[in-house]
Amino acid sequence: MSILEVLRFAVRGIGANKLRSGLTMLGILIGVAAVILLVAVGNGSARQVADRIEALGTKTLTVQGVGGSDALTPTVADALDDPVLAPDIASVSPVTSTQATLTYQGTEHSVQQLVGSTPSYFAASNSPVGAGTAFTADDVTQGRPVVVIGQTVADELFPGVDPVGKEITANGALFTVIGVLDEKSSASGFMDANDVAIAPLTAVRQALTGYGALTSIVVEARTPEKVTDAQAQASLILSQRIQTPATSNTQPYRIQNASQLLQTQTETADTFTTLLGAVAGISLLVGGIGITNIMLVTVTERTREIGIRKALGAPRRAILTQFLAEATMLSLLGGGLGVAAAYIGSNFTIVGVRPVIVPSSIALALCVSVAIGLFFGSVPANRAARLRPIDALRYE
Amino acid sequence: MTVLDVRAVTKVYGQGAATVHALRGVSLTVERGEYVAIMGSSGSGKSTLMNILGCLDIPTTGQYLLDGVDVSRLNDRQLALVRNRRIGFVFQSFNLIPRTTAVANVELPLAYAGIKAAGRRRRARGALDLVGLAQRGDHEPNQLSGGQQQRVAVARALVTEPALVLADEPTGNLDSRSTEDILGIFDDLHAAGRTILLITHEDDVAARASRLIRLVDGQIVTDVRQQRVPA
Repeated sequence: MSILEVLRFAVRGIGANKLRSGLTMLGILIGVAAVILLVAVGNGSARQVADRIEALGTKTLTVQGVGGSDALTPTVADALDDPVLAPDIASVSPVTSTQATLTYQGTEHSVQQLVGSTPSYFAASNSPVGAGTAFTADDVTQGRPVVVIGQTVADELFPGVDPVGKEITANGALFTVIGVLDEKSSASGFMDANDVAIAPLTAVRQALTGYGALTSIVVEARTPEKVTDAQAQASLILSQRIQTPATSNTQPYRIQNASQLLQTQTETADTFTTLLGAVAGISLLVGGIGITNIMLVTVTERTREIGIRKALGAPRRAILTQFLAEATMLSLLGGGLGVAAAYIGSNFTIVGVRPVIVPSSIALALCVSVAIGLFFGSVPANRAARLRPIDALRYE
Repeated sequence: MTVLDVRAVTKVYGQGAATVHALRGVSLTVERGEYVAIMGSSGSGKSTLMNILGCLDIPTTGQYLLDGVDVSRLNDRQLALVRNRRIGFVFQSFNLIPRTTAVANVELPLAYAGIKAAGRRRRARGALDLVGLAQRGDHEPNQLSGGQQQRVAVARALVTEPALVLADEPTGNLDSRSTEDILGIFDDLHAAGRTILLITHEDDVAARASRLIRLVDGQIVTDVRQQRVPA
């Protein structure tokens, strides 16, 4: 008996009862599709989180005041920029940010973040200037009222007009637009990364926020690998500069590290993916048991046929392979259709996540479905092969 | 040349009070080319004997030699080979595989013998031609009459050119016309020198054989060579 022969018998066996074969395949189809799709959803959400965090910049640390503390001042920021005590810190950008209403010739736009900072902020926050120029250190010292606006702001206030050189007011104070930021990928759901305006720290403090505490200090490490070192150096300097008040036992500031955040988030996402995959795996198992069930029924139903085949000289192996091939073909067909279903399903957004198919999950699901066919088919196939011809022939 | 050599074969079914002695020591030899009819009432053990001769069942005690080989010493694979190559079995209830064309049914023993598709098809068509069903090769069993189904079954038994043809009441379910067809084929086979063993209830069927064996309660009571009555 050639392999082709065995496969032909198997196809005939599956075709003999199409509805039953179809339903059995459906079990495997759902299992395989669920595994691939849910892993893809987990993977997609991990990707999304990673994208969001990477948009913040993986080289940066953010020092934030905790609970309305006024510990962060420009003096502290200057202290961090110390090539001796903090050799791994590339730049320090003090940040003060506020909401502001921008107007240009009667058009109003409420910008989510009006940031006052230094020129190093552009690099540290991953916001390169597209059109026009960024402001300079000189602009900061002179407190010149110039501003670089994000793409959203440009679209809102200057539809069809080049904003560079125009004068706008921010909460009544006059600023000159000198540049427009490149469009940022706005993957983050909660905030439009392009709805921003950046002006010199001094000008913003003078005109808008006053001379209180800074909102945060953005510290940029020399390389992504040096982030941890830079964090240690920064926290040493900060602990010297800022006294923890006796009344509380928590520090008045917090250092956030994008790569740490990324790592934690990735771990969470991985756990999530594994969990989803495991749940889907159970449905694949149930599909496999469905195959055993249906193959047992098939063997019982075809006991007489098995007897005839044995009487005609079918060796045990031929019967075994016939039923194994049938079970495997069922599960493989179901698996293949499941991959197709998952592929189609991955084009849709599922609970706000765009699934990203993991190629290895397809290979795994297909292999598992073949293994399921072999494993769950072996019990009924063995039962068929072991039947004594006379018992099988007498079976009614 | 002895084809079959059965020595003191017994067969016991069940245990304790439910014990049934289907065969109580049957001895029998059949020479090549003989046409043997086995008669007996229901329960006389003739079907049990036939199943043992066809290597479908194994005797409880005693020896069965097929072409000089003790069948009880063969393993599962060798037994399958014997069933495939040496024996052609015709059943009372035809036992064709459903939803499978006549040609495919006849091809089946050849497929298990490992013969290539082209040669298989040719030989299957030839065997169907022999039983007069060359035109019906592509019909499935449920599209054939009982007589035609039995002729397909005979073709399937013949296609491997076995030394021994065993027929367990081959005409039991057939009308007289189909019976005549089947017996005609057996006559031809006998003329061609095949060894045939046939179980029957009917005297006129038994009259066609060259030797008549009667079984009663699992024992041979008469075993006579007779003048064949031609159709």
